[in-house]
Formats: sequence, structure tokens, C-alpha cells
Amino acid sequence: MTSTDIGNPWVNIGIFAAFVLVTLIIVFRASRQNKSAADFYAGGRNFTGPQNGTAIAGDYLSAASFLGICGAIAINGYDGFLYSIGFLVAWLVALLLVAELLRNTGRFTMADVLSFRLKQRPVRMAAALATLLVVFFYLLAQMAGAGGLVALLLGVESRAGQGLVIAVVGALMILYVLVGGMKGTTWVQIIKAVLLIAGSAIMTAWVLAKFGFNLSDLLGAAVDKAGPGGEALLEPGKQYGESAITKLSFLSLALALVLGTAGLPHVLMRFYTVPTAKEARRSVVWAIWLIGIFYLFTLVLGYGAGALVGPEEIMSAPGGVNSAAPLLAFALGGEILLGLISAVAFATILAVVAGLTITAAASFSHDIYANVIKKGKVNADSEVKIARWTVVVIGVVAIVGGIFAQNQNVAFLVALAFAVAASANLPTIVYSLFWKRFNTAGALWSIYGGLISCIVLIVLSPTVSGSETAMFPGADFAVFPLTNPGLVSIPLAFLLGIVGTFASKEKPHPEKFAEMEVRSLTGAGAEKATAKH
Amino acid sequence: MTDMSTADSLGEPPGETEYQRVQRSPEFQDLRRRFRNFVFPMTALFLVWYFVYVLLANYAHDFMSTRLGDSNITVGLLFGLGQFVSTFVITMLYARWANRRFDAQADELRREIEEGEL
Repeated sequence: MTSTDIGNPWVNIGIFAAFVLVTLIIVFRASRQNKSAADFYAGGRNFTGPQNGTAIAGDYLSAASFLGICGAIAINGYDGFLYSIGFLVAWLVALLLVAELLRNTGRFTMADVLSFRLKQRPVRMAAALATLLVVFFYLLAQMAGAGGLVALLLGVESRAGQGLVIAVVGALMILYVLVGGMKGTTWVQIIKAVLLIAGSAIMTAWVLAKFGFNLSDLLGAAVDKAGPGGEALLEPGKQYGESAITKLSFLSLALALVLGTAGLPHVLMRFYTVPTAKEARRSVVWAIWLIGIFYLFTLVLGYGAGALVGPEEIMSAPGGVNSAAPLLAFALGGEILLGLISAVAFATILAVVAGLTITAAASFSHDIYANVIKKGKVNADSEVKIARWTVVVIGVVAIVGGIFAQNQNVAFLVALAFAVAASANLPTIVYSLFWKRFNTAGALWSIYGGLISCIVLIVLSPTVSGSETAMFPGADFAVFPLTNPGLVSIPLAFLLGIVGTFASKEKPHPEKFAEMEVRSLTGAGAEKATAKH
Repeated sequence: MTDMSTADSLGEPPGETEYQRVQRSPEFQDLRRRFRNFVFPMTALFLVWYFVYVLLANYAHDFMSTRLGDSNITVGLLFGLGQFVSTFVITMLYARWANRRFDAQADELRREIEEGEL
């Protein structure tokens, strides 16, 4: 079947244009109050917990979550469900160990916290590089995903046409971030999260109603539709159960998922947009409820797509696995519901890309430009100016990268982002918050060790070469058998943090640790919200 | 709030900052102990439960594929939903503990630090 069979592209475009118009108006209104660096990077720290929690859900529930997990459940059944569990449980790490302590000790970026009691410039540089890399991979995945979606939803089949749509998405995103800063971006996330969760709630109720609100009947229908061997949809191992190596790959993925979230820089940055640590806690509690409920919906939607559309039809659609949710929408509610869900999917990409971009811009201008190059001798205005230019540069890089990454295997980009976050960022965050003896050498060993091992292992893995689904199917230099590096690189990064710390002769700074510990737990001296205008 | 850097230069015992004094205080030690006593075991608990689940899905295929009665619901699905339930429960427990027990103590200490009473 071709994309022109389903839906009316003009309905999709119309609904999407309405979303863009409404959010642009809101972004322009929000931008009137953007004055200081705290306004641009942290939305003036004036968002409430529930608002910020919704924005976090908006940031986190990317197109990969919505389209990818629905598709994975429709095709691989139970193994697809495991993704969403890892993505959700990971939030407890953020809630218990990271969110509040980070809010109390940092200003704008992850590097603020890591360099708090260590040598400023090398640690900031390392943390900023890790941030930029994670953001870059995540960004590429979103932009490449946008290209694939276009094929299905707008009936744009030509490569040039898809490239044009990627450019439009990128240009819109630059506009949002430049005009609205963190405040505007946050509102876009909030609106998108509400639309996404409401849309999937309606579809979930619709699917369940078709099966008399009986989950067992829904599962049975998915099994029947899949034909012979369909029983495997209900059992673990359909995707990863093939051999001992694929099982280890799964274990590796599970580790990267659960430890990756609390190291994702665009998630960490959201903790600074609220006035206090208590509001940061409320944000995460809201986010956990919203994200958890959403993933329960995707369970129903995934099996629903399996039962009502069928795996064969999904796989032969232009978007492949990613088309499960849109095809289900079409099967349920025709072109209007498809248009709504498509618009939501586009809004999702747009909002996530905007959130990633402002994180990268903050990291470059605040960490690398202001603190490493200018050694902190720079006023806030020129820092924000640099941040705005960075937004433009990153936008252009994302557009070009997205056009080149079209039709690439994007799953490995997302897995890489999570694995890098879990190996390069999380060990240093945990050590610097909780381990008195930790020092600069430990941080550098851990960050660079995690970063380099992750990338090397990915390059040597079957996702890049030596298999049919690899980036370079023709070549074979896959000496590392696992599709995800986490199982090796995460423990290695934790270990390197310890080894580096003990190998260094750096004097401990008990006074800096005391300041960090006291501030992180009590909130004394934490950054205040800017006054309401 | 008091400026910490001036406090350092005004008659502190040599080599000790105001933050170090607070850190040594029994009030802060108590706060830290309570925090760690709640957060660390809870983290261990959910991580162990998560990996038990992952390992079961990986290596106990037949057990996880057992159907409940004559329905299509499997043990694995139930365990998976159990992960959602445990995540929600731990979230609520932590929020309740932090709001009722931790915040008051932390706010009190913070007030004392910022007013320079400690």
C-alpha cells in the first residue's frame, strides 16, 4: 500500500499548521518577559511543579516513545513493552537521587553541578562535550524520524520533499527557541504533552471499547491477526530471545535505559526552571504519573494496532514499524483522527527538538564560551547572545544532519544517546553528589572513558556493520557482539571514576564538598526565581 | 542571607568554613542520615526488582509465558504491570516522606544557615 491510501495530507497539514499558529502566539507572548540569562535558560525559574512536570513529560515522550514503542509492541509484542518499563523506572533514579540535589546546587546546566567542587575548566569542558554529544545523537534521531514520518503522513515520497519538510521543522524550531527561550519552549512542551496524552487516551478508550474493555480479548485478537506463531507476541523473547548474545544485548539495553534518563542533559536542565527543590520534586512526581499512564496507553495501542491493523500491513507501510500508531488512528477514526494524531506526532518532534536545542545552546554558551574560553569574565547579555547564535548553528546542523540521516537506522542513535548519558554523565553526577573523596581526575576519567568506550563499542557493534539492518550492511568490522554498549561502558565509567580518583595526587577539597553537601540537602544559597514581571 | 565569603574572613577557626561547621553540626548530620536512610535502600530496592524482572524475562521464558487461567494474560505481563505499580508506589511514598518529614527539617536548617545562626 502507498501513503496516499490513508488519510488526506491536507487535513494533516491543516491541523499541524493550527498547532504551530497557536504555539507561536503563546511563544511570542511568553517572550515579552525574557530579559536575563535566567529567563532565557531557565524560564525565569517561575514554572510550577505541575507545569514543569507536564513539560518534562513533553520533553521525554519523543516520537521514538510514541511511534516507536507502539510499533515495537505491535510487531514484537511483549519485548516492545519492556522498553517502556525501562523508560519509566528510570525516573525513580531522577526522583530519589538527582532532581532536588541538582536544583539546589546548579544554575543552568549539568556542568554547573559537576564543576561545583572540582576544577572548573577541564570538568566543564568534559561535561559540555558529553552534553553536546548526547544532544546531537538525540537530535539526529528526531530529525531523521521526521523524514520517515513525512512519507507516511503527508504523502511526500520524494527525498527532496522529505528534506524540505525536515528543513521546515528545523526552521520552526529555531524560531521557537530564539523568540521564546526556555519559557516559550516550556509552553510548547506543555501544550504538546497535553495533546499527546489526551489523544492517546481517546484512542486507548476506543480500542478497549472495541473489545468490551477486556484486555485478554484484545491480546487474543492481536495473536489471531498475527497468524501462525502469533502466541509469541504475549511472551518475552520475540525480539531478543534468539541467542545468548541477543539476550545479553537486551540486558545491556535495560541497563542503559534505567540509568540513562537521569543523565540526559535536556531532562536535567528542566529541574532549573522551577523556583525550589520542592517544586523540582513535584515536577518529577507529575512527570512519573503522566509518563507512566502514557506508557500504559501504548500497551493497549500497540496490541490494538496489532489486532486491528495487523503486523503485515504495518511493516509494508511507508513508515514501517513507526506507522503502527497512525495506521491504528486511521482504522479507528478515519482521516480526522489520523490528522490529529499525525499533527501530534509532528508537534512531538518539534517540541523535543526545541528542548534539545536550548540545552545544547546553554551548554555551549554557558559552559564552553563563558566559563572555559572567557574564564567566567563575561556579562550575561553577551552570554545569551552567544546562546542565540548557537541555537541557529545547531538548528542548521540538525537540518543538514537530519537530511543526511534520512532512512538511516535511527534506533541506534537513540540507544547511543541513552548509553552515552548513562556512562558519561550519571557516574560523575552520583559521585560528585555523594562521594567525598571524588576529584577532578576521577570525573575526567569517568566522563571521557564513558564517552569514548560507548562510541567505540557502538562503531564496532552489529548496529553499524556486519548485519542486514546495519548502517553499513556491506562492511563487517563488528567485533563487539552486543547492539547496545551499556553493559560494558556503564560499569567501566563507574570504575574509571574510582580508579581516576585514587590515581590522582590532587588535594581533596573538604570545604567545597561541605558547601555542596549542605547546599544540596538544605537548599541554602540556591538560585532564586527571577521576580515576576 | 549572609555572605559566606565574608563569614570566612571573620574569625572562623583556621581552615574551616561556615559550611564545614554546618556540615559537622548534629542537626545536619541527622538530616543527612535520614535522607540517606530513606533514599539509598529505596534505590537498591527498585533497581533489584527491576533487574529481577529483566532477568526473568530474559532467562525464565516459560515461567513468564504462563497463561493465567484460560485468559491471554501472562505472568510476564502481570510482572510488567507490577513494575508500573511499584514505580507509582515508591513515587508516592517518597513524596509523602519528603513533604512531611524531610522538608521541615531541611527548611529549618536552611533558615538558620541563611540567618547565620548556626
